[in-house]
Amino acid sequence: MDIVSKLSSYAIPTIFLFILAAGMSKEVKVYDVFVEGAKDGISTVIRIIPPLVGLMVAIGVFRASGALDLIVFAVKPVTSLLKIPSETVPMVFLRPISGSASLALLSDLFKNYGPDSFIGRLASTLMGSTETIFYTLTIYFGSVGIKNIRFTLVAALVADLVSVIAAVWICTVVFGG
Amino acid sequence: MLNYIWFGMLVFGIIVGILNGRVDAVTQAIVDSSKNAIELSIGLLGIMCLWTGLMSVAEKSGVIRTISRTVRPVLKFLFPGIPKDHPASGAIVMNLVANFLGLGNAATPLGLKAMGELQKLNKNKDTATNEMSMFLVLNTACIQFIPATVIAVRSAAGSKNPTEIIGTIWVATICASIAGIITVKSLSVFRRGKVR
Repeated sequence: MDIVSKLSSYAIPTIFLFILAAGMSKEVKVYDVFVEGAKDGISTVIRIIPPLVGLMVAIGVFRASGALDLIVFAVKPVTSLLKIPSETVPMVFLRPISGSASLALLSDLFKNYGPDSFIGRLASTLMGSTETIFYTLTIYFGSVGIKNIRFTLVAALVADLVSVIAAVWICTVVFGG
Repeated sequence: MLNYIWFGMLVFGIIVGILNGRVDAVTQAIVDSSKNAIELSIGLLGIMCLWTGLMSVAEKSGVIRTISRTVRPVLKFLFPGIPKDHPASGAIVMNLVANFLGLGNAATPLGLKAMGELQKLNKNKDTATNEMSMFLVLNTACIQFIPATVIAVRSAAGSKNPTEIIGTIWVATICASIAGIITVKSLSVFRRGKVR
């Protein structure tokens, strides 16, 4: 599985080369466009500050009080069957519901276990491999007035479940459990 | 839904904390967490700016358009109900490519346009078509070339190698997308007669 880590280290330099070359060939003023676009990064981060404060406080309270340990203990029989480390279980449940909540949780896990621990790496993979299902379905179907979404939610949840199982498997193979 | 989750976590957490005799720890957590949220946000700023900047270069250079043209053939298999050269297929590909590149801001308007075009092809206006389901499942499974946010949070947390999870994320999303495609395909064959 050396190839997976090779791909990881080449991905960003490659996309830089590719995009800059594409920009130059189209005579785009690459630096000016870059600086203009980078401003969006600031507003994106500022937009997530208020939800992040609210949700990180909730997660902090949940952990410090011992409530998190209760939940983790309660779901242990199911998660050990799927070989999911119980520390990452809240991630599995929050990810499809809210992007900022799972972001807050990710940061909380990094604080407690470190980003380079197995739990940190698995949580990163879980975070990156699915989108917020309920939000996306609500916005997209709502925009055209669809009421009966048929099997869409089921299929999205199947994909989500598969991504969790795949994430646990590939992280165990690449990073060792 | 988040209203209930947030309420539940705080109330349940505080009550458990009181019963556990950990009120001091809870108070400390409230104060620390709000500070941590700001530290995290500041840590995110650098990579997020870098990334949105680079991506706007990609957008202006027509990278979305180029990739869209190459992946078009795949569309016929995934969305058999869309007639050739219908504007829906253009919007769908552009949305998926924008998602693939992590261009969230560009992806959403394209996605809404795609839904609008798919709705024009829909005979039963309040019921989702197979194509809509496929489109949304691909959107939620979302293969991302560079998961910029995760990398930013990792680097803010002091990771030695923030990008090492790119490969594992690819594997997991590809599995999810394949599972989603298979599920939509089999369920749409199964129920086509009934709903359409």
